[in-house]
Amino acid sequence: MKAQKIKRVDLIFDSTSTKEVLVKAIKMKPEEIIQEVLDSGLRGRGGAGFPTGLKWKYAASEKGAVKYIVCNADEGEPGTFKDRQILEDAPRKVYAGMAIAGRAIGAKQGYIYLRGEYRYLLFKLMEELVFFHSRLKELGYDFNIQFRMGSGAYICGEESALFESIEGRRGEPRNKPPFPTVSGLFGKPTVINNVETLVYTVEILDHGAKHFKEMGTSDSRGSKVFSISGDTPKPGIYELELGMTVERFVEEFGDGDTKAVQVGGASGFCVPRKKFRETIIGFEGVPTGGSMILFNSSRSMYNLLHNYLDFFDEESCGQCAPCRVGCQQLLQGVVSVKAGEKDSRYLDELVKLAKTMKIASKCGLGQSVGNAFRTIVEHFREEIIY
Amino acid sequence: MINLTINGLELEVDKGTTILEAAKKLNFRIPTLCHHQDLCVAGNCRVCVVEQVGNRTLVAACATPVTEGMEINTNSLSVRTSRKHIIELLLSEHNADCTKCYKNGECELQSLANEYSVGDHIFLDLIVDHKSMIDMSSASIIKDDSKCIRCLRCVRTCEELQGVHALAVANKGSEQKISSFFDKPWREVICTNCGQCINRCPTGALVERNNIEDVWNAILDPEKHVVVQTAPAVRVSLGEALGFEAGHTVTGKMVSALKRIGFDSVLDTDFTADLTIIEEGTELLTRLKDVLVNKRDDVALPLTTSCSPGWIKFIEHIYPDFLKNVSTCKSPQQMFGALAKTYFAQKRKIDPKNIVSVSIMPCTAKKFEANRPEMRSSGFKDVDFVLTTRELARMVRQAGIDFMRLEDVNYDSIMGESSGASVIFGATGGVMEAALRTAYEIVTGREVPFKNLNIIPVRGMKGVKEASIKIDGCTDEWKFLEGVELKCAVAHGLVNAREVMEKVKKGDAGYHFIEIMACPGGCLGGGGQPIPTNSKIRAKRARAIYDEDMGKPIRKSHENPEIIQVYKDFLGTPNSHKSHELLHTHYKERNRY
Ligand SMILES: Cc1cc2nc3c(=O)[nH]c(=O)nc-3n(C[C@H](O)[C@H](O)[C@H](O)COP(=O)(O)O)c2cc1C
Ligand code: SF4
Repeated sequence: MKAQKIKRVDLIFDSTSTKEVLVKAIKMKPEEIIQEVLDSGLRGRGGAGFPTGLKWKYAASEKGAVKYIVCNADEGEPGTFKDRQILEDAPRKVYAGMAIAGRAIGAKQGYIYLRGEYRYLLFKLMEELVFFHSRLKELGYDFNIQFRMGSGAYICGEESALFESIEGRRGEPRNKPPFPTVSGLFGKPTVINNVETLVYTVEILDHGAKHFKEMGTSDSRGSKVFSISGDTPKPGIYELELGMTVERFVEEFGDGDTKAVQVGGASGFCVPRKKFRETIIGFEGVPTGGSMILFNSSRSMYNLLHNYLDFFDEESCGQCAPCRVGCQQLLQGVVSVKAGEKDSRYLDELVKLAKTMKIASKCGLGQSVGNAFRTIVEHFREEIIY
Repeated sequence: MINLTINGLELEVDKGTTILEAAKKLNFRIPTLCHHQDLCVAGNCRVCVVEQVGNRTLVAACATPVTEGMEINTNSLSVRTSRKHIIELLLSEHNADCTKCYKNGECELQSLANEYSVGDHIFLDLIVDHKSMIDMSSASIIKDDSKCIRCLRCVRTCEELQGVHALAVANKGSEQKISSFFDKPWREVICTNCGQCINRCPTGALVERNNIEDVWNAILDPEKHVVVQTAPAVRVSLGEALGFEAGHTVTGKMVSALKRIGFDSVLDTDFTADLTIIEEGTELLTRLKDVLVNKRDDVALPLTTSCSPGWIKFIEHIYPDFLKNVSTCKSPQQMFGALAKTYFAQKRKIDPKNIVSVSIMPCTAKKFEANRPEMRSSGFKDVDFVLTTRELARMVRQAGIDFMRLEDVNYDSIMGESSGASVIFGATGGVMEAALRTAYEIVTGREVPFKNLNIIPVRGMKGVKEASIKIDGCTDEWKFLEGVELKCAVAHGLVNAREVMEKVKKGDAGYHFIEIMACPGGCLGGGGQPIPTNSKIRAKRARAIYDEDMGKPIRKSHENPEIIQVYKDFLGTPNSHKSHELLHTHYKERNRY
């Protein structure tokens, strides 16, 4: 039995007229826009996968004259580069998505938090923005967008740290609750969405919720843009229908010798060959913000783990104890085990520690360090010890 | 109202209550480290995590408000495992050489480790070279990063209560640390030495530079005559460190203990507090005359107090243009030091070079102040060693004294007599009140028009207090003040000092006289006081201070017989040449960075 091929999709980079979608949005009531997004089943593409329509609905229900839309273009997850491509190829759709979100929740001001390393895109993006603003004016659409630059800290992609950064403080996550829809940027109700999420809302208004919902699975509707790298003959950016297994994915993108796929970057999960068949790429299985890295048998999984832990050791904001100290312990722990200074059973202690980090850390960073750690140690234990 | 259950017990609490507070109502204590009642919520140590049924992760009890129907478990397996892990992690980045630590026995991390019986050292030791992590450059504060657990209580204190921002977070991840501007040594930064950070540090990362051994050595040297002075706020707090409840005044026991320890003369800073009122009151009236009558534009008003060395360093850094507004009076500690080696030495016929002058202060900034080069007008270092209230408590314990059972003993003479006005120096508004009691009477010949001399408007814990007194019925000499409304402001905590100074800077305040104390609550909340401190404890100490004032037979500085005597026998008149030489000083501009 030969399974179906992976389904390529062409929405994000298609030639949708943002003008038409905006005209359509103006004619719709805010509730209707939100309902359309809710009906589509779209979930956030930044990683956490929160239902976008629900997020908008919460923010819309907040009273208050000042609200904000923030586009998260910090794209810091190792192995993802799709937001960059979207910003290069379809900036107007990103802006249109923000304007539509603004109309939906009653916000007149938007910010795009752009990854520091993407500064080179800024000139062109600004040119496009001038054009976009003039178009909004023509349409009588009251919305304004400004850029804010990141400075290279991974943690500033976390929504509340991102707000802190825009507000001019150290980029450190806040306590939640309150959530951004209640108290976000400058303490105002805020919707923060990933670049790709915003573009999909434009496509959903254009093609209708039904069209989007028909794709994917019940937990993971629609399609998604993947950043594919590692041991693959065809690295790059692909828009694919959600719901495929890792096995299908590897058939399409592997080099014939794939031993593991890291789904979701450093904060994601490592899927070993023996789990390819049963693992679905999506919210019911392994979620991903887009990062897919393939490894063939020439790769040392110890080096991989070391690299990820090194990354977290440096990129943890450092404010909370489980994450700041936990990352150091995991990193130095695997080094000690490798060097034979610690017994291999020490890995079990570290797995328990990773679990504590998952439930006791303040933000998503510390909570997800354990994902890669646990899956790599579980499936490639010998490679870590010997 | 919100209904929830904690460990299966139901309760109803107000909206906005945190899980931590709610649990307390049911008599469940949830452990904390980064939490402090005086500060904003941080939620970063994670020691207070609890299980919220249905939630993917644990939640921080200090930072999470209750919601309807919430079910909380404070001691589930996952909570206990996480909590132990977190304590282990903190210990792994902590130089846990407890027996050698100054805070041994008073460390919150240590007691938590003890409570959870962690001692098995599951994790690797992350401290490599702890010796290189200590900053000993400051005269007041020792900062040891190897003992820091990054709870940020100090950073929040410096920012929220003091508005100084000397302590800040630098770097991220494993390199994250509490640092100074560009990691400069502590003596070179904007730190005011107020020690409020020390009061809130849960570990031994921030402690005072202690002088206990220096003082013992002086006492045990038969050649030396060791004079000790005790600040107003020490008598109402020392008891806390030696077994009494907060708010218990222990003046007589303290004097007794000091004598038993072996100090040769046990005297009172309150005496020079009274003297400060005479000198500073005279300075205020002189400045008013210079401005109102002589129309001198080189004389600055408003006049601000100068007793608080934390405030002095703050203004030297932040508002150097206003140094001319600061009273030239030395602080009571330094007036005392200067007189100890001159007036006292002459009267008691002791060679001043054999006098060692020690002060017991609620303050860490006093250590810096005593070391200022300006503070040597007796020809010697006016105050040789400054001990905090905490250090004195330690000496009492070292001497094996059963403090709680001591009999009350009186101060020695001379320089041991004081009025109620000097006692209240220890509370915010006290200097103002004492000054008004005297100045009003000098000018009008009548007592201040407040019941029992209690000037209530300048009392209390409001950050900035304003008051005005209409002066009428002046004696002939002060006719120019007839009908003048004397406008005063009182601020405590440097955040509030800044608020007042910004008003002064804008020029729309119209104040004549301003009292500023660096610490919240005034000296009673000083950085050298027993730990813990919080608003309840400060209120109790304040109560004790005002009770002490009411119980004194003399309530006004100018009626203190020893003050009258020191002018007659030694100083001449207030603001005389001699008092300028010994009792007044000058200030210097300091860099902000
Ligand atoms: C450590 C960390 C880094 C993150 N980085 C990004 C990022 O670079 N881009 C992004 O869109 N979301 C990032 N997120 C997720 C955001 O916090 C947030 O959930 C997202 O922007 C919401 O948008 P969405 O609902 O459209 O996905 C990060 C989260 C964490 C915890
Ligand atoms: S989990 Fe890590 S990144 Fe997140 S707040 Fe805590 S220390 Fe910072």
